Amino acid sequence: MKKLIILALSFVLVCSLFLSATAFATADEIVVGIVNNPPSESGYRDANVKDFERVFSAENKYSAKTFYSIKNDEQLNAAQQFITDGVDYLLISAAETTGWDSVLKNAQEAGVKVFLFDRMIDIDESMFEAAVVSDMAKEGQLAVEWLLAQNLDTYKIIHIQGAMLSDAQIGRSGAVNEQVAAGKFELVVQQTATWDEAKAKEIVESVINSKQEFNVIYAENDGMARGAVAALDEAGITHGKNGDVVIMGFDCNTWALEEVLAGNWNYDGQCSPFQADVISEMIQSLEKGETLPTKIVISEERGFDAATITREDIDKYGL
Amino acid sequence: MKNDIRQSGRSRNDFTQLLIPIIAIVSLFVFNMLRDPSFFSIALTVNNEGNYVLAGNLISILNSASELAILAMGMTLVTSSSGGQDISVGATAAIAGSVFVSALRNGNITPPVVLLGFLACCAVSILVGAFNGVLVAVFKIQPMIATLILFTSGRSIAYWINGGATPTVSSPIIKAIGGFIPGVPVPTPVFIVIICCLAFFLLFKWTNLGFYTQVVGINQRAAHLNGINSTWIKILTFMILGICVAIAGCIRVSRLGLINHETILAEIEMDAILAVAIGGNALSGGKFKMSGSLIGAYAIQALTTTLYAMKVSSMEIKAYKAVVIILMVFIGSPVVKDTTNRLLRKLTTKKIPAIIERS
Amino acid sequence: MQNDIVLSMKKICKTFPGVRALHDVDFTLRKGEIHAVMGENGAGKSTLIKVLTGVYQKDSGTINIEGADGEITIRSPQEAQKYGISTVYQEIMLCPNLTVAENIYIGRYKDPIIQWRKTYKESGKILESLGIPANPKQQLGSCSLAVQQMVAIARAVDMDCKVLILDEPTSSLDEKEVKMIFTLMRNLRSRGVGILFVTHFLEQVYEVCDRITVLRNGELVGEYEIESLPKVKLVEKMIGKTLDDLSLIHKKEEAYKEDTAPAYEAVGLSSNVCTNSFDFKIYKGEINGFTGLLGSGRSECVRAIFGADKVSGGEVRIGGKKTRINKPIEAMNKGIGYLPEDRKQDGIIEDLSVRENIILALQVMKGFFKPFTRSEAEAYANEFIKSLGIKTPSADTPIKSLSGGNQQKVILARWLLTHPQYLILDEPTRGIDIGTKVEIQKLVLKLAEEGVSVTFISSEIEEMLRTCSRLIVMRDRSIVGELRGDEITQDKVMSTIAKGSERDEE
Repeated sequence: MKKLIILALSFVLVCSLFLSATAFATADEIVVGIVNNPPSESGYRDANVKDFERVFSAENKYSAKTFYSIKNDEQLNAAQQFITDGVDYLLISAAETTGWDSVLKNAQEAGVKVFLFDRMIDIDESMFEAAVVSDMAKEGQLAVEWLLAQNLDTYKIIHIQGAMLSDAQIGRSGAVNEQVAAGKFELVVQQTATWDEAKAKEIVESVINSKQEFNVIYAENDGMARGAVAALDEAGITHGKNGDVVIMGFDCNTWALEEVLAGNWNYDGQCSPFQADVISEMIQSLEKGETLPTKIVISEERGFDAATITREDIDKYGL
Repeated sequence: MKNDIRQSGRSRNDFTQLLIPIIAIVSLFVFNMLRDPSFFSIALTVNNEGNYVLAGNLISILNSASELAILAMGMTLVTSSSGGQDISVGATAAIAGSVFVSALRNGNITPPVVLLGFLACCAVSILVGAFNGVLVAVFKIQPMIATLILFTSGRSIAYWINGGATPTVSSPIIKAIGGFIPGVPVPTPVFIVIICCLAFFLLFKWTNLGFYTQVVGINQRAAHLNGINSTWIKILTFMILGICVAIAGCIRVSRLGLINHETILAEIEMDAILAVAIGGNALSGGKFKMSGSLIGAYAIQALTTTLYAMKVSSMEIKAYKAVVIILMVFIGSPVVKDTTNRLLRKLTTKKIPAIIERS
Repeated sequence: MQNDIVLSMKKICKTFPGVRALHDVDFTLRKGEIHAVMGENGAGKSTLIKVLTGVYQKDSGTINIEGADGEITIRSPQEAQKYGISTVYQEIMLCPNLTVAENIYIGRYKDPIIQWRKTYKESGKILESLGIPANPKQQLGSCSLAVQQMVAIARAVDMDCKVLILDEPTSSLDEKEVKMIFTLMRNLRSRGVGILFVTHFLEQVYEVCDRITVLRNGELVGEYEIESLPKVKLVEKMIGKTLDDLSLIHKKEEAYKEDTAPAYEAVGLSSNVCTNSFDFKIYKGEINGFTGLLGSGRSECVRAIFGADKVSGGEVRIGGKKTRINKPIEAMNKGIGYLPEDRKQDGIIEDLSVRENIILALQVMKGFFKPFTRSEAEAYANEFIKSLGIKTPSADTPIKSLSGGNQQKVILARWLLTHPQYLILDEPTRGIDIGTKVEIQKLVLKLAEEGVSVTFISSEIEEMLRTCSRLIVMRDRSIVGELRGDEITQDKVMSTIAKGSERDEE
């Protein structure tokens, strides 16, 4: 039995050696290890993963090793493995902000250059080359600024929140809460639908049934905005560009942008999942021996207005 | 006279089982009555498509509880036959919904295509049900453990079917299934629930499904010695639950014309199991009463809608729900049940002479 | 009150909705006596015990116990314990995965820290003084049923008990084990414990008891010294009529013809639990029986015939035609019925109604897609409730609320309803009252007269002697002999079991 196990282990070892050997087969390729959250986490993550797969491809002279998990310890193990395998660059979107010290130190000692994307890690800036991160709070700010710019007579808002205490919820709720505190917005209801479209519909239905007035629905993702709109449709309340109720969503799913283009919705904000190009550019300049201008790059956030959106926007930014 | 006593005995038995869910619903209604009588107002409005539709909290409850009601019925059967619960219904619904949507996205959405999509999605969920059923009945794995497999993997499979996106479909047919049929002011899901109830009623009337299921659930050894194939009965109940899951998944997808594998019918398994329990059915299997689970499902939805109407703060809503659930389960506990039964008996025995005098 | 009286209950009444369970019942227990409470099922024995142990509250009447001043009320089993009333039930209510000592002391530790050495030593003493052959450190589950029962008694006695209630402690034990329990009971009697003994076995009553209290329909018939009440009189008192009925039971000698093909015949039949293959046949209208000690393989054989276990080999012929029976449903469709040995585990569907329990087998034979209508089912149920005299408030009553004997009648009705050609009755009379026993025996004979073949298994050899015209004797899971006609006597059965290996001489 013991012999069998040893045999199996050595077989696995040989195989992995062989595999890593093939990974280094062509010398002019840049080897990157990508540690990310799994694409099934959300539409955002899916777009994010796809973006990295597109940029770090063989055509672009990259050899990419990927690992996806929502568990920090699994991510740590994978990162360590990539370092041992001898990757040139390590790209990390961490599941948790802590616990990365020793792994990143090992990377530094092994000469592996580290980039962080999407999420920051609690660590000294010297431990990584650059971080390309999303700013959820800015995304909410952008949306609220847009809403204030509409100059409505009143702001009676139904605020449908995502799963409480998730990054996106905190970022997207923050700006609204500020305006409520400042007295500019009036909350008709603030309720979490935990990203669930059907729950969002129930919440709006409940407000309609209680005959309260409202003129803005601020839903923290596209799905919940869709649920809210369904409730309005059933109750015969108009919405969108020429309607009574302003509809705001987030994420910029393609179908959601179509709604904005059609004028059924007014605004869709996006926290950009497209960070691969920026990182690739930075890697290329490092390869040429240049130094990077900044350590922290905030990826560009967008918002699309029904009045200005174009077909090209949908094709380019739709998830 | 003798016959009368027997009749009243039977109805009293039925009544005590249904007592808890009925108390739950009635007390919620009374609470709302005191809180805000307008809670019950129903209005006829015109929707954005120009059709007359009914709107109001009662309609919302009836409408929103549809998926839960259908799942609770299936869950009742599985609970009865296997003495355990299927916790994969939400995840399976995600798979079923994804299959439904992918079938619809392959071409023009016409009634035959919708029907075909629905049948495909039924086939997949029946298969999933059979898989769970085989694990439970043949390999004798605890139902909760057996269904844990799909509970954890189901949504990933749905993700894979969807190709990682949240695909949407839009068509008047889908809108009619998930919303209103033009000209009919009552939401279609309500009718689907009625059809399901009817289907179960006829199933129990025309076959021995209900009888065999209870026999298997109560005493499997005796079932075997009386020629019942309990393995098959258990698998069958899981497959029937599979059909319920397919129907619930299709309704949910049709409501908004969108499938999101992460959120579709998330955590519904717990509500479905709760509905079975509130309905006075033993979670350890055996004798069951489907009407109890049905009322239980509507009680849960009434609670949710009430909490929404009260604008209970988002963070607190689960806590309130938990308190009410603890209360319901407490009322339904054997100890409290026995006491109420005894009280009822005392009351009814006192009343009997009066009835005789009158007659 | 006399000095040696330890417990006296006077004019106890207890009513349940629709049932008068006890009415003005007196019961007196003296120090150092074994006192049997006898009665048919439903006579009120269990209710009396439950009132005494605080499970039920009496409606009226008085209870006095030695050591307590005046009248006492017992509100819970814990209170009963406090007054020195301990109970040992038919089913052993101990933990088989704990040691003997732990079982004796479980739930009784007063100190926060358990002194294991002391516990083992003291329980060793108790076991020794009561002559119980068990080691305190032994796991209880590894002891025989009798020893487990004795440990349960030891536990009860050790809790300073004055009144020990033994509720059918012997019903799942064999003769030798029963003897062990009796020795223990006599031992306790000599120590001055008052023992209330409930059993269905008349012989056992006459073996150990000093006094008998007879109940019938919730009322007291009387209290008797054992010497003054012969067995026949006792039975008469219990069923409330003279016993001419019993003598009416007479089997017809060889009422069947052996020249035709047997109704059922098996050659080399075996199953995964009945590994020794056996041959067996039964003719139309014949009553035969399997006899042998508990565990001799009787039930396993008939289960193989019915296809209840996985059949692993053998040939089956019904009416001379070769056929296969691998599943119960196949046996049922070929006209075979099987009333299982363990009524609770294998027979009743406890939460379902009497009606559903009666129609079950016939319904399964009719098919999944052809349920009986409610009125059909009701008609069947009422027919048998009437013809078998099943005592139930209605056909809708859950079977679990019926007494054991009536439950058995329901299961019997279930199989009679299928109109079987061949009916297997495995211990149909176990744990039921004498009146019902006689009824069942009569029924078996009547069935045979109508041409039904019956295989009858009973632990009470007397019953077999009275009904069977052929006895198959088993020992150690194989058939060791066959007795017929005049050969069927108790002595012959015993000697056949004893010298089983010499079977070849026959």
